[in-house]
Amino acid sequence: MRLRRRVLPGLPLALGITLVYVAIIVVLPLAALVFKAASLGPEDYWRIISSDRAVASYRVTVTCALAATAFNLVFGLSLAWVLVRYRFPGRRLVDALVDLPFALPTAVAGIALTTLFATNGWFGGPLSLIGIKVAYTPLGIMVAMSFTSIPFIVRTVQPVLEELDPALEEAGQTLGASDLSIFVTVILPLLTPALLAGVSLSFARSLGEFGAIIFIAGNQPFSTEITALLAFIRLEEYDYPASAAIASVMLLTAFVMLAITNFMQARALRYTVRG
Amino acid sequence: MKIRLDNVVKEFETFRAVHGVSLDIDSGELVALLGPSGSGKTTILRMVAGLEYADAGAIYFGDENATDIPVRERGVGFVFQHYALFPHMTVGENIAFGMKVSKIKRSPQAIAARVKELLDLVQLSGLKDRFPGQISGGQRQRVALARALAVDPRVLLLDEPFGALDANVRRDLRRWLRKIHDELGITTLFVTHDQEEALDLADRVVILNKGKIVQEGTPETVCRSPADAFVMNFLGDANRLEAEIRGGKAHVDGIAFEADGIADGSGQILFRPADVTWREDGQGIAASIVRVIDRPDSRRVLAMTRSGQAVEFDTAPEFPHRRGDAGFLDIRRPRVYAAA
Repeated sequence: MRLRRRVLPGLPLALGITLVYVAIIVVLPLAALVFKAASLGPEDYWRIISSDRAVASYRVTVTCALAATAFNLVFGLSLAWVLVRYRFPGRRLVDALVDLPFALPTAVAGIALTTLFATNGWFGGPLSLIGIKVAYTPLGIMVAMSFTSIPFIVRTVQPVLEELDPALEEAGQTLGASDLSIFVTVILPLLTPALLAGVSLSFARSLGEFGAIIFIAGNQPFSTEITALLAFIRLEEYDYPASAAIASVMLLTAFVMLAITNFMQARALRYTVRG
Repeated sequence: MKIRLDNVVKEFETFRAVHGVSLDIDSGELVALLGPSGSGKTTILRMVAGLEYADAGAIYFGDENATDIPVRERGVGFVFQHYALFPHMTVGENIAFGMKVSKIKRSPQAIAARVKELLDLVQLSGLKDRFPGQISGGQRQRVALARALAVDPRVLLLDEPFGALDANVRRDLRRWLRKIHDELGITTLFVTHDQEEALDLADRVVILNKGKIVQEGTPETVCRSPADAFVMNFLGDANRLEAEIRGGKAHVDGIAFEADGIADGSGQILFRPADVTWREDGQGIAASIVRVIDRPDSRRVLAMTRSGQAVEFDTAPEFPHRRGDAGFLDIRRPRVYAAA
């Protein structure tokens, strides 16, 4: 029998370590969560996750996350576009600043945003004059979510945009297409897989964001209370099963959403499948 | 469509500049811009297309000054070196693109019919629904050509059209492009660094060096009467011997060559390796053999003249001499130029 050459040296060891890590760091906590939630009977479980307060928190979280992601989609794409296509003084600084929301402790971001957007803050003051209140409203939640998740869109789109062959746009021009139609029919479709990946990460992060939001949200049940906070409140009340039940809803949502975006990505990339 | 370049200048901070190029291309002509990398050939092509703006000079399409017409209104078909097909569109969609974005509205049926016609022309009828990633390089190149032709361009421009292909595919595509050109009669300008490609395909070859035209003419003219040592070297293997020019003759190691009209001083003699005969009877420049290299259809001999200048020449595979043998180099068709 011929010995098959291995792709990588030391594969069994590397694979073993990786699997153990995945098991300990990812699967085990999730399993514990499901296990804890399962300790409730079906009726109790349903009662907890469908309580008015919980449902209101889902509504607040999902609506704000959708709005924040939509904002990030537009703003993140244009930020990536500017960083890739233009050379201007301070570009490297802006490029470095994009990562700041990742590097900053979210609580610090939350406190900073609250200070800025409170009615006596730099932004909140002028905004309150024209009747817009940000801090302690759903708008504040959106601001915090956008802030913490914008890097996902920029950093997924940026490399794809950099690799985009300029000849594609030139080809469009020689064929008589306007800049707008080149953007819509050539560039955007090629960026779609990256945009979807960025959107799904940004949305998932917004759903799960906690630290930055609780400072600016005001946390009023039924209006500005996010699901993650509700789970935390149950935890502080030592009601572990209820906390786990609420968390399991978030977990399921995250899974479903990742599955949907993966499917959409595969569709957007179907032209790369070799026939 | 006749194209005329009038003293066109393009300055870049780096190389690839174009210094005052004037060129006339007749309607229906197939012209090659040939030169080494950095000679400005692609820049000239891009200026004709409108993808680059000339800093000075003018470009005419027929009698119309096209210098300031933006690329999308210039009506050129451009084939890019790496095809630049839209990867997310099928072959058919790629070809239809120009017709769909055009201001001239065409019915979907008319577009489909034209796509089919072009696919037949480039012999890719069965591949309409494939994506560019699913077809070979040669097929992609033909799709790129069909896409460029779809908008009925006034001029066809090709940038190193066969640069990224295998040698065999390249030869086939060359003959095929010539056939298409003869059928359509569209004025065509293409850029290449491959002299064989230029000579094989073009009616007229324009040779560029350092942003200037050094010679233009039919393949026969540039091959048989290269204007200077650069053209001679660039078109093929060439030997070069230092010579001294005195009274219309070039002297090398005591042998004189015709050098009409070249001023006295130092000069150079260039000749092809195939234009040398090895003799033992004393006719020619004295030399000794340094090395013999075997090739499938010939022997390449490396020799050294008495004054220490290296010469390479080709002989029949039966060439009997070996390293160290002494003899004489009989040179046919030498080209004498003043020293660079």
